[in-house]
Amino acid sequence: MINPPPSGGLAVNLAGIAMKNPVMSASGTFGYGQEFARILDLNLMGAIVVKGISPRPASGNSTPRMVETPAGLINAIGLQNPGCDTFIAEYLPFLRQFQTPTIVNIWGTTLADYAEIAGRFEGVPGVHGLELNISCPNIKAGGMAFGIQPDMARQAIKAARRATRLPLIVKLPPHLFSIAEFARLAEDNGADALSITNSLPAMAVDIEQRRPILANITGGLTGPAIHPVALKLVWDAAKAVKIPIIGMGGIVSAREALAFILAGATAVAVGTASFTDSPR
Amino acid sequence: MLTEITPVVRQQGLGHDYYLLTLHAPEIARTVQPGQFVHLRVPGMESGILRRPFSVFKAEHDELTLLYRVIGQGTNAMRRLQPGEEVNLLGPLGHGFPPIEQDKFPVLIAGGYGAAALYLAAARAARRGMICMGASTATDILCSRDFQDLDWEVRLATEDGTAGTRGLVTEVLDQWLAQRPENCIPEFLACGPNGMLRAVSRRAQAGGWRAWVSLDRHMGCGMGACLACVQKVRKPKPDGSEEWQWVRLCTEGPVFESRDIIWDEND
Ligand SMILES: Cc1cc2nc3c(=O)[nH]c(=O)nc-3n(C[C@H](O)[C@H](O)[C@H](O)COP(=O)(O)OP(=O)(O)OC[C@H]3O[C@@H](n4cnc5c(N)ncnc54)[C@H](O)[C@@H]3O)c2cc1C
Ligand SMILES: Cc1cc2nc3c(=O)[nH]c(=O)nc-3n(C[C@H](O)[C@H](O)[C@H](O)COP(=O)(O)O)c2cc1C
Ligand code: FES
Repeated sequence: MINPPPSGGLAVNLAGIAMKNPVMSASGTFGYGQEFARILDLNLMGAIVVKGISPRPASGNSTPRMVETPAGLINAIGLQNPGCDTFIAEYLPFLRQFQTPTIVNIWGTTLADYAEIAGRFEGVPGVHGLELNISCPNIKAGGMAFGIQPDMARQAIKAARRATRLPLIVKLPPHLFSIAEFARLAEDNGADALSITNSLPAMAVDIEQRRPILANITGGLTGPAIHPVALKLVWDAAKAVKIPIIGMGGIVSAREALAFILAGATAVAVGTASFTDSPR
Repeated sequence: MLTEITPVVRQQGLGHDYYLLTLHAPEIARTVQPGQFVHLRVPGMESGILRRPFSVFKAEHDELTLLYRVIGQGTNAMRRLQPGEEVNLLGPLGHGFPPIEQDKFPVLIAGGYGAAALYLAAARAARRGMICMGASTATDILCSRDFQDLDWEVRLATEDGTAGTRGLVTEVLDQWLAQRPENCIPEFLACGPNGMLRAVSRRAQAGGWRAWVSLDRHMGCGMGACLACVQKVRKPKPDGSEEWQWVRLCTEGPVFESRDIIWDEND
C-alpha cells in the first residue's frame, strides 16, 4: 500500500538511521542487548532499542510486576533502570562492538528531565537515535500525563528536540483521543519518526484473594492480544503524517510484521515475543 | 546458556498431580549445576504466551528430568506431552547452590516440589548429609526414595501426620538440631514455600550457620532482560551502613544466601 521496499532487499533508512533490515527490539523487552547476546547474534538485528533510561537511577515498582493474561501479559515494571551515567559507562560499550545501530529509549518525570536526558546523548559514540517515551502507563508522576495530554506532549517533544540533533523517535501510547492528531503534533514539533504503540492500560484481579494481582494495581497489556489494536493505530497515523512509523504490538511471526508494513510502517519492533521465541 | 530443542523421552505420573518429564537434552544435561533451572516453552497451551520455569531435578547422561506439579494451563499441557514430541528449552539458567564446604554437614530442607531443586545438590555433594522433607500430606512427599538411594538420611514431616512426624518440616529440623553432635556444623540448602524458607533462615541466623535458599517468582524472559522477577537484597555500603537493591531471580538467583534477603511482609 505504501513504502515499497528499497531495491537491494530488506535494508531501510529510518529517519537517517541506516538499518540492514526493518526488525528492531521493543524497549524494555530486550534489556541492554547483553542478555540476549547469549542466544542471538545481535548483528542480525535491524536496530537495538534498549530499556528506558532516565537521568537518574529508578528503582521501579514493587512485585508482582508481571501477570500473564489471555494471549498477552500485563507488566508494571515501573521503568527500573540504572540511570544515564551508569548506562553510558557500563552498558553502552558492549553494544558498540556490533554492526547494529543502538537506539536509546528515554523518559523523565518533568520537562527538565526530558531536556536533560535527551541532551545527554549528544556526541556519545554508539548511540544512533533516541526514542522518547511519553507513553508509559506506569509512572503516576509523569509518563502518563505527558503522553495523553496534547499540551504536555508538545512541551516534552519540544524540550527533547531542542536538546539533541540525534534522530528523535516519539513513542505514542494507544489510548489517545485521536492518534492522527497526536501523530501530527509530534511531526510538527520535531519528531523524525514515530513508534506505535506502547502497552495498553490494563489490570488483572485475583478473584480468590479479592485483590489486584500487580503490586502497582494497574499495568500495561502487550503481546498478541494487542496486535489488531496497534495495527489500526499505525494505519490511522500513517495517513496523517509523512515521517516514518515503527509498528509494534503483538508481533510473533513475520505475518504480523508484514501486516504493520502493509498498514504503513517502515520498520517493526518485536517485544513480548522475545520472552518466548528463540533463534532455534 | 543456550536454547535446545529437546525430544520427550518419557513422561511418568507419580499420582496426585505430580509428574516426571524426561527430555533428551545433552547440552543442558552436561552443563547444569545444582539449583539451576530451565525455561520451558510449553507446546499446546490454550492462551498462555510465556515460558514456564522448572528446576532441573536430575541430569544423567544426555537426559534431563523435571519433577512438576500440575497447577494451571502450562503444566496441564505439559502433562499431555508424549515421547518423541519436542520441547524448546532455555537453559541452564540462573545461579544455583554453591558446593558445600568439606567441614560442613549438608542439611537439605524441602517443601513439596522443592525437592526437585535439591536433588542434584545431594547427588553431587562431597559428603552425605540429611534431608528434611515436609508437605501437608503423605502424597505430597516427593521422591524421598531417590535421596535414600544416595544413602542420605531422610526425615519426613506432614501436617496431617500421614507420613513421618506430624507437623511442620522445621519441627523435624529442630529435633535434629537438638540431637546433633556438638562438633557438627550444619549448612542449610532449602527450597519450598517462603514461610518455610524464612523459618530456615531464622534458624541459620540464630545458630550462626549459613543457609542457601531457592526462591520462586513469576518470570517473564528468564534471561535478565524484563525485570519481572526481582527480589530485594541487602547491599552493604563502603561506610559500613546498608541499603537495598533489586536482584533478578532468574539471573543472580534463584538461590541466595538467606542473610542477604530482605523478606516481604507477605512472605
Ligand atoms: C526457579 C523456579 C523453579 C521452579 N521449579 C519447579 C519445579 O521443579 N517443579 C514444579 O512443579 N514447579 C516449579 N516451579 C513453579 C512452576 O514454574 C509453576 O508451577 C508453573 O509455571 C505453573 O504454570 P501453569 O501454566 O501450570 O500455571 P498458571 O497458574 O496457569 O500460570 C500462569 C502464570 O503464572 C506463572 N506461575 C504460576 N505459578 C508459579 C510459580 N509457583 N512460580 C513461578 N511462576 C508461576 C506461570 O509461569 C505463568 O506465567 C518453579 C518456579 C521457579 C521460579
Ligand atoms: C516488560 C516490558 C517492559 C517494557 N518497558 C518499556 C520501556 O521501558 N519503555 C518503553 O517505551 N516501552 C516499554 N515497553 C513496551 C514495549 O516496548 C512495546 O511497545 C510493547 O510491549 C508492545 O509490543 P509487544 O506486544 O510486541 O510486546 C515494555 C514492554 C514490556 C512487556
Ligand atoms: S524473568 Fe525477565 S529478568 Fe528475570
